[in-house]
Amino acid sequence: MPSVKIPRKSTDTDMTPFVDVAFLILAFFMLATKFKPPEPLTITTPTSVSSSKLKEQDALLIQFDSSGKVYLTVNLQKKEDNALRLDFIQRVNNEAKLGLSEGELQKFVTSSTIGSPLNELKGIFARPVGEWEKIKQKGIPVDTANNELQRWLAASIQTFQGKKMDVMIKGDNNAKYPSFKGVIEALRANEIFKYKLITDPKGVPPGTDLYKLRQSGKGMQAES
Amino acid sequence: MASMDTSGGDSGHKKGPGVKKAKKLSTRVDMTPMVDLGFLLITFFIFTTTMSTPNTTRLIMPKDEKDPEKQTEVKQSGALTILMAKDNNLYYYEGQMEGDGSNFKSSTYKEIRDVIQKKKTDVMQLGRGLGYHPDSLDRDLVVVIKPNSDATYKNTVDILDEMAINNIQRFALIDITDTENQAIALTEQKGGGK
Repeated sequence: MPSVKIPRKSTDTDMTPFVDVAFLILAFFMLATKFKPPEPLTITTPTSVSSSKLKEQDALLIQFDSSGKVYLTVNLQKKEDNALRLDFIQRVNNEAKLGLSEGELQKFVTSSTIGSPLNELKGIFARPVGEWEKIKQKGIPVDTANNELQRWLAASIQTFQGKKMDVMIKGDNNAKYPSFKGVIEALRANEIFKYKLITDPKGVPPGTDLYKLRQSGKGMQAES
Repeated sequence: MASMDTSGGDSGHKKGPGVKKAKKLSTRVDMTPMVDLGFLLITFFIFTTTMSTPNTTRLIMPKDEKDPEKQTEVKQSGALTILMAKDNNLYYYEGQMEGDGSNFKSSTYKEIRDVIQKKKTDVMQLGRGLGYHPDSLDRDLVVVIKPNSDATYKNTVDILDEMAINNIQRFALIDITDTENQAIALTEQKGGGK
């Protein structure tokens, strides 16, 4: 019987197209995405048809997660504004008699987020900023009986007078309405009536009034 | 050079015993580490970045008006009240709620758009009869949004968004009353929640 010779094939594959694809995807991700900002709590925002993009600007960011914990963050773009941060926490410190030391106040300048009731702040501030994330913070109380967010906002209004500060609210899909209501109440008590809700974009359903408006080119101006 | 024989076959010139053959080096580079690196970077970018920039929805709330004389009066014919309850249930009524709850209806987040649109057309029809300016035919229309304490933030934003979608100029976010809460509880008991 004649032996059939099976030609020995190389197991090498040409990887070049694979590399091409990999780097193409890589280039796409580098250009089309933005780095995530560090977040103290995970929030999935609801969607809306709004067309205005979130701008990076000085703002008071009020966040609440699905369990209703409220966090307040002071977003300031410039480094020079750190003095304002210090001024802000100092004001709350004096007003609520927290008894924080100078060094502890400086920690707020680094973290700029508050997520605890006033009476627990002393304990939080005693620890280094790096550990704050690991601590289970309770959130700022916003219930009707004890709306501490109201006091924080009052202090912020005094501190940031004459500065353009937007108020942004970022809430989780599954948060219950009362925590949103508590935030609104706190804002209302401080006479802040205009604010922005941070949402994910979504398309306008065709055939609706807004859709017709946008088609005619008027909707954009009406919103901005 | 290109056809230099390396097989050492019988064709070609014979070389002397001391002449060494130059070994032909392959120009092929192993691409595998490069692919590894590429995909490693891709995974890194996927995990550390976000695709879409979030949007902002503007919300302007009315001032607290303690003086009853200055409070906005809502025409019965132009009022639509939307109540949000737990498990994404939605209820609405037009005008004032009847004592027997006959105009208290349940709906869903998908169907509510039709309800709002219908109400808007009705009110605009009425406005035309009253001789309103063509640009403000719907000025009597006020949508009252009342989430109860079991409604989620998403529900609230969805309905606020619905206001934007249907271009409702006047709407209000108000606390739910006890009567309305009872009506919701009754409907849920009856199993009419869906």
